[in-house]
Amino acid sequence: MNPVLRWGRTLGYALTLPVVLVTLWWVWSADSTSYYAPPLQTILTTFGDVWFSERLRADVLPSVTRLLIGYTGAVVVGVGLGVLLGANRTLRRVTEPVLEFFRAIPPPALIPILFLFAGIGDTAKVIVIISGAVWPVLLNTVEGVRAVDDVLSDTSRSYGVTGLARLRHLVLPAASPQIVAGMRQALSISIILMVISEMFASTNGLGFSVIQFQRSFAIPEMWSGILLLGLLGFVLSLLFQLFERRTLRWYHGLRRSQRGEN
Amino acid sequence: MSATEVRPARAGAEPARRRRPELPSSVLGLVGLIAFAALLELLPRTGIVSADYFPPFSEMVRALVEAAGTDRFWAATAETVQAWGIGLGIALLAGIGLGLLIGSVEVLRRFTASTIEFLRPVPSVALIPLAVLLLGLGLQSTLLLVVYASFWQILIQVIYGVQDVDPVARETARSYHLGRWARVRYLIWPTALPYVMTGVRLGAAVALILAVTAGLVGIGTGLGAEIALAQSSNAVPLVYGLVIFTGLLGVVVNLAARVLERRTLAWHSSVRADVGG
Repeated sequence: MNPVLRWGRTLGYALTLPVVLVTLWWVWSADSTSYYAPPLQTILTTFGDVWFSERLRADVLPSVTRLLIGYTGAVVVGVGLGVLLGANRTLRRVTEPVLEFFRAIPPPALIPILFLFAGIGDTAKVIVIISGAVWPVLLNTVEGVRAVDDVLSDTSRSYGVTGLARLRHLVLPAASPQIVAGMRQALSISIILMVISEMFASTNGLGFSVIQFQRSFAIPEMWSGILLLGLLGFVLSLLFQLFERRTLRWYHGLRRSQRGEN
Repeated sequence: MSATEVRPARAGAEPARRRRPELPSSVLGLVGLIAFAALLELLPRTGIVSADYFPPFSEMVRALVEAAGTDRFWAATAETVQAWGIGLGIALLAGIGLGLLIGSVEVLRRFTASTIEFLRPVPSVALIPLAVLLLGLGLQSTLLLVVYASFWQILIQVIYGVQDVDPVARETARSYHLGRWARVRYLIWPTALPYVMTGVRLGAAVALILAVTAGLVGIGTGLGAEIALAQSSNAVPLVYGLVIFTGLLGVVVNLAARVLERRTLAWHSSVRADVGG
């Protein structure tokens, strides 16, 4: 098929439903007198006024910074500990029930405890994000490291690939599909924790602002905050997909060929 | 779009070499749990961390046991479990139904893909203020969050699962002129089932998180609300006790989901492979 035509078609598929939905929302809400559901036009105008202002620096930036630091921390700690536990059979079996327990605690329940310890500052919120998001990364890494292909493992041992080289060229690549899957779960948990920790106790941030708007009945502002949180989630997941596509290109190719799709 | 998370979990068998007499996993795991409890007891007792913020393990347990003697505690537990169950149920029905439909109709899938990809990562907690305004405080608001969070997990898995139908099996079904329902029953559903079960497992865990969170931020009742109350009244050991209890609840949910997965997929290679190892 003509590439231009193909692009047009893909774009058509991707845009039709969103455009229809937004149009419906726009038309239906246009002369809405409902206090809680203001016209979409009002929400969008408010969006610009509220978020492209001082708030961008005072609320959005601190939230996103805490999120990124916390998430990175969770990934580093999770992969590090996971490699350690995955490589040591006894250690893994000793720690498994404890780790399963920690994973099973709904992460937001840790917020009151961690705030007892660390106050309600930035550090506390970063710790909250790390302590909730680390488990899927950790447990997936353990699982991935554990399941490294035996033949590959023996081969690299025969060739004298040990230590860091083994980690870099065998263990991490082999475990990467699992690790990335864990990282994806961790990302959505991180966003939840960023918002909840700010709703629970904070003086700035996105979650704090949105809940303030709701409590002061600033309805269009509240809607614009929800919209912004939604966009943030969407953009982060988009970035993550790009990252995943790069790191796991070989894996998806392998899967496709195994399934016989060229 | 990715396939890693969606792939049904495949527990690899342990390599059999270097077998020497060793303790069974259950014993080692128990040792780990006891060591961890001992650590929680000793850290505050030796003054390494302040007992004001971190009471010894025995006090956490005592606070939990005391609470467990009250009706209030069990009412809260029932409320959390109820919100979890109803929410997950709705999400399952909607997720599986829509997933089968969207997954098997090519046109639908193409038109909805972008919208699903946009709505799915929207954090459900962003809906909290909206839920409070539109539905007020209570079960309905909690349910909105629980359903929203778990629905996408399940929907995505089902859609992937339906698309994973083996090309040869599909051609075979076509050659044998299987009707629409027969195709769903004998071709699509068995293929999608492992994915559905992964969706159930992920969805069940997320649903519990949101059921507790709703209480924590004050829009619902249940264990989350009890934790928030204990914290604001400075009953520190009780906060820990309740968190431990929600963790145990989470363990039960995870285990139940895994048992269900094994039961329903006993015939599937990813589960069968475990039996030998």
